[in-house]
Amino acid sequence: MNPTNYLYLSAILFSIGAVGVIVRKNAIVVFMCIELMLNAANLAFVTFAKINGNLEGQVMAFFTMVVAACEVVVGLAIIVTIFRSRRSASVDDASLLSR
Amino acid sequence: MTSENLVYLIALPLFSSALLMLLGRKADKWGHIFATLISASTFVIGAMEFFAMIDRPEASRAVTQKLFTWISVGTFNVDAGLLLDQLSIAFVLLITGVGTLIHVYSIAYMSHDKDRRRFFAYLNFFIAAMLLLVLGDSYLNLYVGWEGVGLASYLLIGFWNQKPEYATAAKKAFVANRVGDFGLSVAVMIAFANFGAVSFIGIEEKVGGASETALTAMGLMLLLAAVGKSAQFPLQAWLGDAMAGPTPVSALIHAATMVTAGVYLITRSNFIFDNAPTAQLAVVIVGTITLLFGAIIGMAKDDIKKALAASTMSQIGYMIMASGFGPAGYAFAIMHLLTHGFFKAGMFLGAGSVMHGMNDEVNMRRYGGLAKFMPITSITFGLGYLAIIGVPPFAGFYSKDKIIETAFNAGGLQGVLFGSAALLGAVITAFYMTRLMLMTFFGNKRWAQGSEPHESPFLMWAPMAVLAVGSVASGYLLYSGKAIVKWLAPVVDKNQHEHTEFLPPIVVTTLAVVAVIIGVSIAFIKYRGDLSESAPSEVSIFTRVIRRDLLQDDANEFLFMRPGQKLTQLLVKTDESVIDGAVRAVGSSALGSARGMRKLQTGYVRNYALLILIGALVALLAALAVTI
Repeated sequence: MNPTNYLYLSAILFSIGAVGVIVRKNAIVVFMCIELMLNAANLAFVTFAKINGNLEGQVMAFFTMVVAACEVVVGLAIIVTIFRSRRSASVDDASLLSR
Repeated sequence: MTSENLVYLIALPLFSSALLMLLGRKADKWGHIFATLISASTFVIGAMEFFAMIDRPEASRAVTQKLFTWISVGTFNVDAGLLLDQLSIAFVLLITGVGTLIHVYSIAYMSHDKDRRRFFAYLNFFIAAMLLLVLGDSYLNLYVGWEGVGLASYLLIGFWNQKPEYATAAKKAFVANRVGDFGLSVAVMIAFANFGAVSFIGIEEKVGGASETALTAMGLMLLLAAVGKSAQFPLQAWLGDAMAGPTPVSALIHAATMVTAGVYLITRSNFIFDNAPTAQLAVVIVGTITLLFGAIIGMAKDDIKKALAASTMSQIGYMIMASGFGPAGYAFAIMHLLTHGFFKAGMFLGAGSVMHGMNDEVNMRRYGGLAKFMPITSITFGLGYLAIIGVPPFAGFYSKDKIIETAFNAGGLQGVLFGSAALLGAVITAFYMTRLMLMTFFGNKRWAQGSEPHESPFLMWAPMAVLAVGSVASGYLLYSGKAIVKWLAPVVDKNQHEHTEFLPPIVVTTLAVVAVIIGVSIAFIKYRGDLSESAPSEVSIFTRVIRRDLLQDDANEFLFMRPGQKLTQLLVKTDESVIDGAVRAVGSSALGSARGMRKLQTGYVRNYALLILIGALVALLAALAVTI
């Protein structure tokens, strides 16, 4: 199978994630979209590793997963705290800037 | 010769003034007596110096005292030094003598004023400043005293500054004086630039090497200074309003001493003026204009103090004119100054005494027939009157007669012109002073309701009596054997000029006496008998113009005040539109751009995410473009 198709899939996933981050209000969904974008990047890394026949991309994917895990811990903690104080997980409600 | 005592002349009154001002109300009980004693002690010091001076031979009569080195820059040195010579001693005696008499008078005159102590503090300050003015040995020292008397004059004119128009009068005097002070400061600068010195002796030594242009410029600037301080044309307008001050102030500062400082300045600067004929001519012209100007204003004044002020202006015009005639005139200018100091101060004190008895009424239309009720005042005032109009053998006769003679002796058409002007001035003087006498002391009673005229207390009439004696005798004493001329010669006439005679003295004297008789007769015809309580309103245009002080205030308003206000308004507008506008534009442009930029910061996470995305895409495209 042509590995380029995996790159297309990766681009589509990334785009879906990016649009999700921009248009969705619920913090959890936004968060999931960010995960989607990270994983799209991971897919691209692995595909390039396959194409180039070395392991560097594979290694980078592991790093990304570690970063994503850390990010989930911190991010979810923030979302839970915001939810506790505001009774809402909407990212728009969290804006304190006056206009 | 040097002396150690000169400094006390200035230090004592200065100390007393500071003490009275610093102690405040604590000194209320004894402040006036203390100040009077201090003033008397300066007179004693002055008299002692005078007698010591007489005993010395003519060449070594001047004494000096160096106080301290004031300015020392490179080769330029100014010492704070004092110089007492034949000219200054005349002033010292006049200032301290008349000053002390007026202190005594003020004890009674100001007894009902709760600020009497402050008044005496100012008076002593004036004495100190005036003595510094006449004792300073350089133009710079003189300048300090010059400003000091200006300040004292301002403080005393506005002594009752709770009345806004009095405060305005003080301001007016101060501003007019500032114009003159500007002239003096420029004169000092010219002296420094041309001679490298500012002391009288230093300049006199180098005056031969200076160009006539520089000397003329300096002379004109000195004249401007004299014009401001001595209320001469065209800076004369402040003197009438200066009568807002208490009457003793008018007598001391605005009649006898401070306003004559201009005459002192010109006489002291004789070495400049003698070498600058153009400046001298300007001095004579200014004096002539003012002597007529003041006399004409005096004809229509109903306010007794303002009438006397106009007369002062006119008499100082005589002095300035005389001093413009060079060595021939200096001595007579000083002689008239001294006799004027006596009779005019005496008359001002007399006017104060009349006001004291008439509930502070100053309008002569509401006087009349006071001779019976105030015998001493009317006699002392009458003697001053005879002196000022120049009836022989009273003081003013000698001095004024000599000035008229000097004017004629100037020779040629000029001499005739100036001499005739001086004679005309004498006619008008006789007229308005007779009018003043008749309206105040004779005729029908036109008093306001509740007036009970009474003679003033001893402390007030005693100084008036002393000054009246001076009005009678000072002319003869000063002139017998040409005493004043010989006395002042070492200062003002070193080369002992021979003075030409245009008309024989007896002719001039006859003319002067005839002038007096004419003036008095006209006044008698017009003002004898009963007068109405208010000034006639159906009068010619000339009378109306004269009542408005010959439009002096209107002229000043039109020429200086209005354009000045216009200029200020223009500058304010420029300031507001251009300068403030630029500053505001900077501010509002920052604000406007910030307002635009602020829209980017919405506070929504997705907006930031979008921006990051766009940024990343732009970076990506740029990288692509570079690669391709």
